[in-house]
Amino acid sequence: MPNIVEMLHITKDFPGIRANDDITLQVEERSIHALLGENGAGKSTLMSILFGLYQPDAGTIRIRGKEVKVSDPNVATALGIGMVHQHFKLVHNFTVTENIILGMEPRKGILVDMHKAEQKVEEISKLYGLAVDPKAKIDEISVSMQQRVEILKMLYRDAEILIFDEPTAVLTPQEIRELMQIMRRLVEEGKTILLITHKLREIKEVADVCSILRRGKLVGTVPVADTDEERMAEMMVGRQVSFHVQKTRAKPGDVLLRVEGLNVKNQKGVLGVRNLSLSVRAGEILGLCGIDGNGQTELVHAITGLTKVESGHIFLRDIDITHLSINERSDLGLGHIPEDRQKHGLILDFTLGENFVIHNYYKEPFAHWGILNKKAILDNAQRLIREFDVRSGQGPLTPARAMSGGNQQKAIVAREIDRSPDVFIVVQPTRGLDVGAIEYIHKRIIGERDKNKAILLVSLELDEIMDLSDRIAVIYNGEIVGIVDAATTNENELGLMMSGALHKAHEATQTGREPAHV
Amino acid sequence: MPARKEKIVLPLIAVLLGFLLGSLIVILTGRSPVSMYAAIIKGFSGIDIINGQPINTRYIGEFIIQAMPIILTGLSFAFASRTGLFSIGAEGQLMMGSISATAVAILVQAPKVIHLPMVLLAAILGGALWGAIPGFLKARYNVHEVVVTIMMNYIALHFNNYMILNIFGSVDKVKTVPFPDSALLKSPFLESITRNSRLNWGFIPVLLAVLIFSFIINKTTFGFSLRAVGHNKEAARYAGMKVNRNIIASMAIAGAFAGLAGGIITVGTFNFGRVIQAAEGYGFDGIAVALVGGNEALGILLAGLLFGGLKAAQPLMQSQGIPREIAGIIQASIVLFVAMKFGIKMVLDKFERKQVPTTEGERV
Amino acid sequence: MTFEVFLQMFPIALMFSAPIILTALGGLFSERSGIVNIALEGIMMVGAFTGATITVLLENSTPAAAWIGLLGGLLSGVAFSLLHAVASINLKADQVISGTALNILAGGLTVYLCQIIFHQQRTRAFSYGIKKLSVPGLSKIPVLGRMFFDQVYPTFYIAIAIVLLTWFVVYKTPLGLRMRACGEHPQAAASMGINVAKMRYFGVLISGALGGLGGAVMVLTADIQYTLVSIHGTGFISLASLVFGRWNPFGVLGAGFFFGFSTALSFYAKDIPLLSGLPGEFFYILPYLLTIIALLFFAGKSVGPKAAGQIYESGER
Repeated sequence: MPNIVEMLHITKDFPGIRANDDITLQVEERSIHALLGENGAGKSTLMSILFGLYQPDAGTIRIRGKEVKVSDPNVATALGIGMVHQHFKLVHNFTVTENIILGMEPRKGILVDMHKAEQKVEEISKLYGLAVDPKAKIDEISVSMQQRVEILKMLYRDAEILIFDEPTAVLTPQEIRELMQIMRRLVEEGKTILLITHKLREIKEVADVCSILRRGKLVGTVPVADTDEERMAEMMVGRQVSFHVQKTRAKPGDVLLRVEGLNVKNQKGVLGVRNLSLSVRAGEILGLCGIDGNGQTELVHAITGLTKVESGHIFLRDIDITHLSINERSDLGLGHIPEDRQKHGLILDFTLGENFVIHNYYKEPFAHWGILNKKAILDNAQRLIREFDVRSGQGPLTPARAMSGGNQQKAIVAREIDRSPDVFIVVQPTRGLDVGAIEYIHKRIIGERDKNKAILLVSLELDEIMDLSDRIAVIYNGEIVGIVDAATTNENELGLMMSGALHKAHEATQTGREPAHV
Repeated sequence: MPARKEKIVLPLIAVLLGFLLGSLIVILTGRSPVSMYAAIIKGFSGIDIINGQPINTRYIGEFIIQAMPIILTGLSFAFASRTGLFSIGAEGQLMMGSISATAVAILVQAPKVIHLPMVLLAAILGGALWGAIPGFLKARYNVHEVVVTIMMNYIALHFNNYMILNIFGSVDKVKTVPFPDSALLKSPFLESITRNSRLNWGFIPVLLAVLIFSFIINKTTFGFSLRAVGHNKEAARYAGMKVNRNIIASMAIAGAFAGLAGGIITVGTFNFGRVIQAAEGYGFDGIAVALVGGNEALGILLAGLLFGGLKAAQPLMQSQGIPREIAGIIQASIVLFVAMKFGIKMVLDKFERKQVPTTEGERV
Repeated sequence: MTFEVFLQMFPIALMFSAPIILTALGGLFSERSGIVNIALEGIMMVGAFTGATITVLLENSTPAAAWIGLLGGLLSGVAFSLLHAVASINLKADQVISGTALNILAGGLTVYLCQIIFHQQRTRAFSYGIKKLSVPGLSKIPVLGRMFFDQVYPTFYIAIAIVLLTWFVVYKTPLGLRMRACGEHPQAAASMGINVAKMRYFGVLISGALGGLGGAVMVLTADIQYTLVSIHGTGFISLASLVFGRWNPFGVLGAGFFFGFSTALSFYAKDIPLLSGLPGEFFYILPYLLTIIALLFFAGKSVGPKAAGQIYESGER
């Protein structure tokens, strides 16, 4: 088949970094062409250039053999290029239809013809099998429906070349399979798909060709059928990668964290956590998996003390911490690595040294009678930097903002581990990090487990959960729908539980209570 | 450009641009910028470059008088700003400080060593209370402090006038009875060395305030938590800091600085309570001072002196045929240019980058 | 309050409401497109100054002087708001600081120009501002006639017309849809090919036009000249009306009237037995106090356009 898209010798610079370095990409018509690379490899940048969001500093683009200049998304749309973004670009309080027609509204005189718009939306949605409710508001529909709206946005504009940017991050395994079917259907109808991803398994399942990027350069383009995952990973990272962390079997001890019958309200005022019970023992990692938005955030906030509980109890060892303050809980031995390192974990405008002490800056030796001891803070920072290999431009005086994501996360991990909590709530510890940093942090988490700490690991990455956990609990709609042994479960089973289709009996807890669900 | 150097260069550029714009307006309306600058120089020092007169300490005394309250309102805005709050309430807090000082000055009888500190303390507390109210509304109900503080300014204005006219016995519907000497900051000594300017002991509390500001913000655990809350409320909460308490405390302290300014004006510059027709602009002056001073103690002190001199020069400008409001125009322009610092930074960065080629490589 | 007093007070309330409503609608356009416009106070001042000046200078030449003054106020508002637009949109200034700076600038600039033109710190008083009128026929309706149609300022009708126009443009036209998208999620709008900067310019300049008009209306109906204190916080009250009215044209109409009514109260308090004992200052304070209370009740519940106030970088994803 002829090449429908050709990006030739594309180079793009941003201040301080060359995001795309002389990249040449050729995409056959009616194929699914994957773009593989780590975070920061340059794949999103390359596709943004194709979609007209950025201009290349060098190189040319040819669409259907003709050289073009994609100066903005309007031009891209006119050329038949559409993009489904990783972070959806949907206006939250507009309807599905309004989001789809935005910028290309059908008119009746000077008014928007909403009736005609809704009709057209229904037409396209039926044609491609993308079920949506045209009148629903975006903040009322599910994430996978939102994604379908994103796809419909492109199809409404007669896009032929569809770019998907990390589309599966927010989907359950079943929904991912559905998406793959949709993609195959689109190709059948004559479309060409560019798939940006770092998920090797999905590439193997659905892509025809894969181009691998590393640090802004194209490493190679391979036919997917002939290349195995290990080879693709090696090209992506530049060295041999071990997919699984080494760990010995767990030897769990006493229950250190116990949650009983917890009910917590979420931001919308309804119960986000319902009658939830679980326990974590010393020397084990309990992985909590589930689709984003099923109560993990509320559960973690309740345990750490950020949110009040409606009813229920939380026990740290034998102490009821349900109504204690955040500080009191952390003094009793509860540590946490928060979900969003830039929002909750660090104060970006503070220095690294200051960030290391944000929990205990008011205590000796960091302060005396309300006055800060700058030297003690500095010494502490230097020790942690050394022990945990945290890299930064100016050492303890580096503003946190200037550090890389991986080192920011390492700093948070360093700070929390150093306080040696007995119970560790770890949320999304490797989000947005590259393979090297991920390996390091996984090793440290296992290390803490082996020191007989109790670890509750909350993550949206199923691989991470399955790799690190000893037991896995699945949360759906605010309830635990199953607790299984990590060694004996599989992705399918977890996926079914995550979407609420399966409830699994789990072994009775050590206290002999009956499981909440059968 | 490294961040430290930026902190000094950007405000300086803004000041320069502001004066440039002011000069332009003066020229466009048919007046001479030379007279304006001559008036400014005279306002600072008494040196008259047109008539060839040397330093006159009277002008120096007067310009310090003008600088003192706006250094304090500058500290007020900066303190709130460092802790993440945009408070335009210094004007009202100053007035509440003023009326509190007036009350204690008139109603209390005591020897100076007790009376004067009480007066100033009342001013501080009055301002602190007036600042705590919007702080409370923000902390508890998340009402944005910008509009609330502005409303409180107007409320304070009318409250002040009501009190002066009805409670404290206004003599002529303009001011109260003169305060007893025990309540005043006035100093015959200082007046004598500055040729009868109104310079008074008020500069001592002002300097103390500058030091206290720096001390609290930079050296104390309280300042640490205030700054944390100001930079990232959520992370501070996650770290266990008491966000609401900090917001209220911060607004109260900011109010305290402004209240002190009111006290210093009332028992330093004047010696009676006054009916105020309209806001006198100390609050906005303070914003300019704080922004140009980079929200840092030393910067605020210097910027306060700069704008104080500008204010002192106003009557001199007027007598040269240049409407005194040009000072306000220059000041507002400077604030505008400081606000555009990202834009100015962008331009500067473009200049710098033309000399340094882009390097390939690792993202830091 | 006797009914008679109420009927006398009503048209005065309408008079005070009109500038608030107009300016608040201006704020609506600005914020809906994503730019917070604290400078409404300054824009009103510029509009009021221009309106008063033109009226004084032209009133001996033409009976339409005040109307030309209104037009001048509108245009001067557009020009002044251009500063806020450039600062916030192109130069990525913090919108609250920029707005505050413009408020200070407006005060200085208008009085400076008064000194240049009139050699005093205010404009010269004009003899006639906008004149009241009585709508033929409608003014004879009992009760409603005296409230709305008999001896009222036409500026209120202008305000109503603009309310309707605003509602129509914002909710029914493609332009309105795109503008709202820019205020909620500029990245989404940009990815659909919408020029966010252009939209936001539109929003800010409209707010300049309506704010300038509002200021001119205020001085030409409720005053005889422009001074530094002519506007005394009405711009901020308009901002509060926007919050109170939940960024919706009809809500703004209601909120604006509420504030206008409270201002009118101060003039009629002496005729209302319950209120006549209160000092004058209480009524001066009332609108400001009510603003705070309104914000208190509505700040938590009403959420403005999501992206309003945030600096938009076109490279952000």
